[in-house]
Amino acid sequence: MATAVKLYGPPLSAAVSRVLACLLEKDVQFQLIPINLARGEQKKPDYLKLQPFGQVPVFQDESITLFESRAISRYICDKYANQGNKGLFGTNPSEKASIDQWLDAEGQNFNPPTSVLLFQLTLALRMKIKQDENLIKQNEEKLEKVLDVYENRLGESRYLAGDEFTLADLSHLPMTQYLVNACDRGELFTSRKNVGRWWDEISSRETWKKVVEMQNSRPRRSA
Amino acid sequence: MAIKVHGSLLSTATMRVLACLEEKELDYEFIPVNLRAGEPKKEPFLSLNPFGQVPVLEDGDLKLFESRAITTYIAYTYAKNGTPLISQDPKKMAMVFVWMEVEAQRYENAAAKLTWELCIKPITGRATDDAVVEEYEAKLATVLDVYEDRLANSKYLGGDCFTLADFHHLPTLNYLMGTKIKALFDSRIHVNTWCADILARPAWKKAFAMKDNK
Repeated sequence: MATAVKLYGPPLSAAVSRVLACLLEKDVQFQLIPINLARGEQKKPDYLKLQPFGQVPVFQDESITLFESRAISRYICDKYANQGNKGLFGTNPSEKASIDQWLDAEGQNFNPPTSVLLFQLTLALRMKIKQDENLIKQNEEKLEKVLDVYENRLGESRYLAGDEFTLADLSHLPMTQYLVNACDRGELFTSRKNVGRWWDEISSRETWKKVVEMQNSRPRRSA
Repeated sequence: MAIKVHGSLLSTATMRVLACLEEKELDYEFIPVNLRAGEPKKEPFLSLNPFGQVPVLEDGDLKLFESRAITTYIAYTYAKNGTPLISQDPKKMAMVFVWMEVEAQRYENAAAKLTWELCIKPITGRATDDAVVEEYEAKLATVLDVYEDRLANSKYLGGDCFTLADFHHLPTLNYLMGTKIKALFDSRIHVNTWCADILARPAWKKAFAMKDNK
């Protein structure tokens, strides 16, 4: 079935999987177009016209081309407000503002230390770069402080922005999945009662399980 | 007063919110928070922002943290007041959101680090780390190369009009213009024009002048 909605990038990319989860939550039909990062397809001139920083994902529909996974997710939630998970980005301005607040907290406070840890604990090894023990320790400490805040918050409400699953929780799925399953850092989450409960709930969602299935069904290296 | 901002005039994030309220010509009460005394890390502030950071906005019963979530809320809620910092056209606004994320995810990382090393540390009597400056200067240069291409084809980052996508840069941009990093902006023609344009905005100048008036 032809569809105007296209998403470019491999499901294994955290930013791509963030958008995949959003599309699935909103019941949006889409085509996933592979981009071979190992072969540098994202740095080629044709792709750079779509995404000037040479990164995945890129989103296209019949009228627009977008990049930055959180901007794409916001657009999807607005455009498809009346289908799928209708509360994903709130149903009134106050709800939206609270969700935005936790989505920004993810982008500004959670994402930076988790990105460093992912690089140091997996990609550095693969790229044969020496691990920086100090950087690992510093960023584990930063992440622990953020998770302490989450632990308190999730003692007061079921999800970050309130009692419903929203874009703010969804945005945490990709990097947490890596830290728990590929970087052996699950204890950071499971040792905190409320954070552990929250992670169990959000990672058990059918939509996220589908994304993980997509990640696992692609070959890690091209033949 | 319905709108209150808890923050510090030393904080770029606070300035982002105050300048936004000025752009929107809204009345508000500014409640100074003592960063040096560690006020954000204690109660009662922690109940406003569990991350212990400024600023926090109160609007009636609503309390918000994260400066960009606050400015987005203000721009939408008070769309009819002052400068329209957003677009009502969903496609145009989608592009604004893209470049708002670029600022938050790519520009901010380098700009905040450089502001910290070159501006804030010296004020507070700490030594600048030259290696960090070199590293982040290179990162900022890469981002500004993309901005240069974008601004060659578009008057503002989000499109034809001044929006939050441009506006969010102002606090760190202002600081960096007082350092050697200014050269990175000056040496790129379209970036240079854009910087001069946005830094000249009366609302920004008014917010910035609060530092002198306190």
